[in-house]
Amino acid sequence: MTRFLRPILVLIGFMLLSTSTLAETPFPTVQKASDEGAKCIEPTHEMRRNHMNYILHERDETMHEGVRNEPGSLAACIDCHVEPNEQGVVVDHDNKDHFCNGCHQYASVQIDCFQCHADRPQEYIKRSSHTSSIKDQLQQTLAASDASSEGVNQ
Amino acid sequence: MKDSKTTEEMNHSRREFLSKTAVAGTITIAPGVLLHSTAQASGNTSTKASDEEVSNKNRWGMLIDTAKCADGCTGCVDACNEENGLVGHDRPATDTQYIRKVTLKEKSTGHELSLPLMCQHCETAPCADVCPTGASFVRADGIALVDKHICIGCRYCMMACPYKARSFVHENVENQKLTAPRGKGTVEACTMCVTRVDNGGIPACVEACTAEDHNAMIFGDLNNPNSDISVALKEHGGKQLRPDLKLNTGVRYQGL
Repeated sequence: MTRFLRPILVLIGFMLLSTSTLAETPFPTVQKASDEGAKCIEPTHEMRRNHMNYILHERDETMHEGVRNEPGSLAACIDCHVEPNEQGVVVDHDNKDHFCNGCHQYASVQIDCFQCHADRPQEYIKRSSHTSSIKDQLQQTLAASDASSEGVNQ
Repeated sequence: MKDSKTTEEMNHSRREFLSKTAVAGTITIAPGVLLHSTAQASGNTSTKASDEEVSNKNRWGMLIDTAKCADGCTGCVDACNEENGLVGHDRPATDTQYIRKVTLKEKSTGHELSLPLMCQHCETAPCADVCPTGASFVRADGIALVDKHICIGCRYCMMACPYKARSFVHENVENQKLTAPRGKGTVEACTMCVTRVDNGGIPACVEACTAEDHNAMIFGDLNNPNSDISVALKEHGGKQLRPDLKLNTGVRYQGL
């Protein structure tokens, strides 16, 4: 009897263990929209499932046809949903507390948008220190080209 | 019930107001039609509604007067870098340039010219011809763009461009501008500040040149005979760079 009981007990123990670990996986806390009274363009359940379709469709219309009033633009999502946390910091897109990344990390879906797009509203974009170095370089190049100018090629 | 009645009353009075103003409008506006229409479509900026698609009714272009372009001034380049959030890595050979200042010297006479050089926004763009994915394209209103969503970074367009106007992003990019998405592994170039143009503005370089009081750059609609750029072109003419290639560029130069 114990011969059968032992593996069953082990199995039950393992199952209990695995369920308890599953329960411990933290569900993402999604940041609320900055304007509490504002309504999203679609109900929450619709946006949760299909937000990518809205963004993709309007991406092509904007890029190729110049249509710029789209309510479902990525910029509009970011503008409303990304804002500073309690410490007054706007976290980067690869942080789990970022509005998009919380769920994407939870669902294990890679997000490529922010390789190119701003991950925060314009007013929170950090200033780059490199722009001035470009300017210095340009001044040097211009000074150098003054000394030895190129010939006309027309 | 009360609410709906109020709405009805409001609608009624609104309708009345509209019809009255419409009558008054036709009387008063009729003699000024010409004035009204020229103000609407001056051709210097876009008047399209934000939900309207761009069309070939417009052809956006730039006219650069090299005589007014000041030697040593980098106003347009600085404004462009700022507008598009372009950052350098101290590698002049590969750092992104949407616009650069070029000094030309006629060897026989020693006469020097300074001019800004950027994407010439060709009508028949070689970059779009060679692109294997359709990422390089010319919009209906003549602005040549890269759709970075489908660009695979092969750089054929950079080879094809006779003006060396395009750059490749070699490094990860952070802190992009909201209106200028850019990222590693894609090709990019002057967009004629397409977001500004669509919203009825002018490109950042032109704005900066005017702000510096050099007024060497004019932006406008080449298809509209009344636009500043068309008037200037008609009066003084303007050259395309490498006209032998028959690319019908959107950027024209005076004083070459």
